[in-house]
Amino acid sequence: MIEIRDVSKSYGATPVLKGCSTTVAKGEVVVVCGPSGSGKSTLIKCVNGLEPFQQGRIVVDGVSVGDPATNLPRLRARVGMVFQHFELFPHMSVRRNLALAQVQVLGRSAEEADARGLKLLDRVGLAAHADKHPAQLSGGQQQRVAIARALAMDPVCMLFDEPTSALDPEMIGEVLDVMVELAREGMTMMVVTHEMGFARQVAQRILFMDQGEIVEDSPAGDFFAAPKSQRAQLFLSRILHH
Amino acid sequence: MGEFDFSVWGPSLPFIRDGLLFSLRLTLIAMTGGIVIGTLLALARLSPFKPLSLAAGAYVDTMRSIPLVLVILWFFLVIPFLTGKPVGAETSAIITFTAFEAAFYCEIMRSGIQSVPRGQVWAAQALGLTPAQAMLNVVLPQALRNMLPVLLTQSIVLFQDTSLVYAIGAKDLLKAADVVGKNYNRPVEMIVLSALIYFAICFSLSLAVRQLQKRVAIVR
Ligand SMILES: Nc1ncnc2c1ncn2[C@@H]1O[C@H](COP(=O)(O)OP(=O)(O)O)[C@@H](O)[C@H]1O
Ligand SMILES: [Mg+2]
Repeated sequence: MIEIRDVSKSYGATPVLKGCSTTVAKGEVVVVCGPSGSGKSTLIKCVNGLEPFQQGRIVVDGVSVGDPATNLPRLRARVGMVFQHFELFPHMSVRRNLALAQVQVLGRSAEEADARGLKLLDRVGLAAHADKHPAQLSGGQQQRVAIARALAMDPVCMLFDEPTSALDPEMIGEVLDVMVELAREGMTMMVVTHEMGFARQVAQRILFMDQGEIVEDSPAGDFFAAPKSQRAQLFLSRILHH
Repeated sequence: MGEFDFSVWGPSLPFIRDGLLFSLRLTLIAMTGGIVIGTLLALARLSPFKPLSLAAGAYVDTMRSIPLVLVILWFFLVIPFLTGKPVGAETSAIITFTAFEAAFYCEIMRSGIQSVPRGQVWAAQALGLTPAQAMLNVVLPQALRNMLPVLLTQSIVLFQDTSLVYAIGAKDLLKAADVVGKNYNRPVEMIVLSALIYFAICFSLSLAVRQLQKRVAIVR
């Protein structure tokens, strides 16, 4: 589903990704972790072309992201993305947040988009909040709306960039619950997170990144039992004891 | 002289009303046109296409470097030359103010567009919106909302500046007061009246903008 091969990227002279390679198979859940500044966000944004990269190749569902001929908006419409700071559109109701891209990008009718949106809101437990504005919702609720908004496009895979890092601790669970359910239904997911409980529960593989490199790419069981690299061991012990 | 006679205010009112209506009309047209053109200029300035952004930047900097009175006079002389037929002072004033204010609204809209967090653009594009769709549906509405108090404050200044069309003889509020003042030989009383009207309108609008500013600040 997602194939990343030898991807390198730099800002000016500063390399941020150095020869990253991995694949995410259909239905697989891959968790990406690593210290702050290691390039996790950059890597995941390269997958849907929000960040350009200078070298290597990324293919998503058969489409090459870096190819200048690729219609990026069309590709992105099929790849859901959830951000650390939710990024709901603050000037629109929840309902319109969900309908906007369905209408403008997929060409659905307003009624169809609204019905689909409401169904997904219901699924994340927020149908009652359809006519509120994002600012009237808690962080956890906003993030669940953001997930519903991405799902309303019927994506073939989902990217998450630290979806719970900006949340108060008591709201992390409600967002992770939605993500676990999504994983159980077979959604292909690439998730940047430090929630190791979530990773243990649903991830097939763990990528550990440090200084722009994918230092470790292991089945989840192996990673938690015994990380191969010293850097990953150190990182794991830090976040598990924090 | 020495004694003021404000009884002239009564008979002057029909003229003053017509002058005021023109001043308001000029303000509203220049404001609407200026914001639309200013937004287009802002998009041009932010465009990655260098010739476009340079051209827009040159236009804005030129307008902002010339005193408004000179632009008013200059347009009044140049527009008939370009169009081949004379235009009235009022039409010339409308064109001039729209073109001049667009430069100021451009800078306001530019900082408004830049005030929208990058994550909003990412989120819009991640949903498959094209850059143009993202700009239209996500960035511009937020830029407008964030900048509304500043845009309105600029428009109050614009209303005051419309008194400069006096220089080309357009019949605005100030000109009406001037004409009546001369006819009745009561120039000072009429200047006082026009000043009071400008003050009353601008002061109450400023208060309204301040209220709005509080509301917008809370919503965000
Ligand atoms: N726009 C940018 N310009 C320059 N450097 C950047 C930019 N964005 C990110 N970086 C750098 O790239 C590195 C990786 O950032 P990021 O992918 O956000 O890391 P992570 O998500 O793992 O914390 C960091 O060192 C960061 O400072
Ligand atoms: Mg990050």
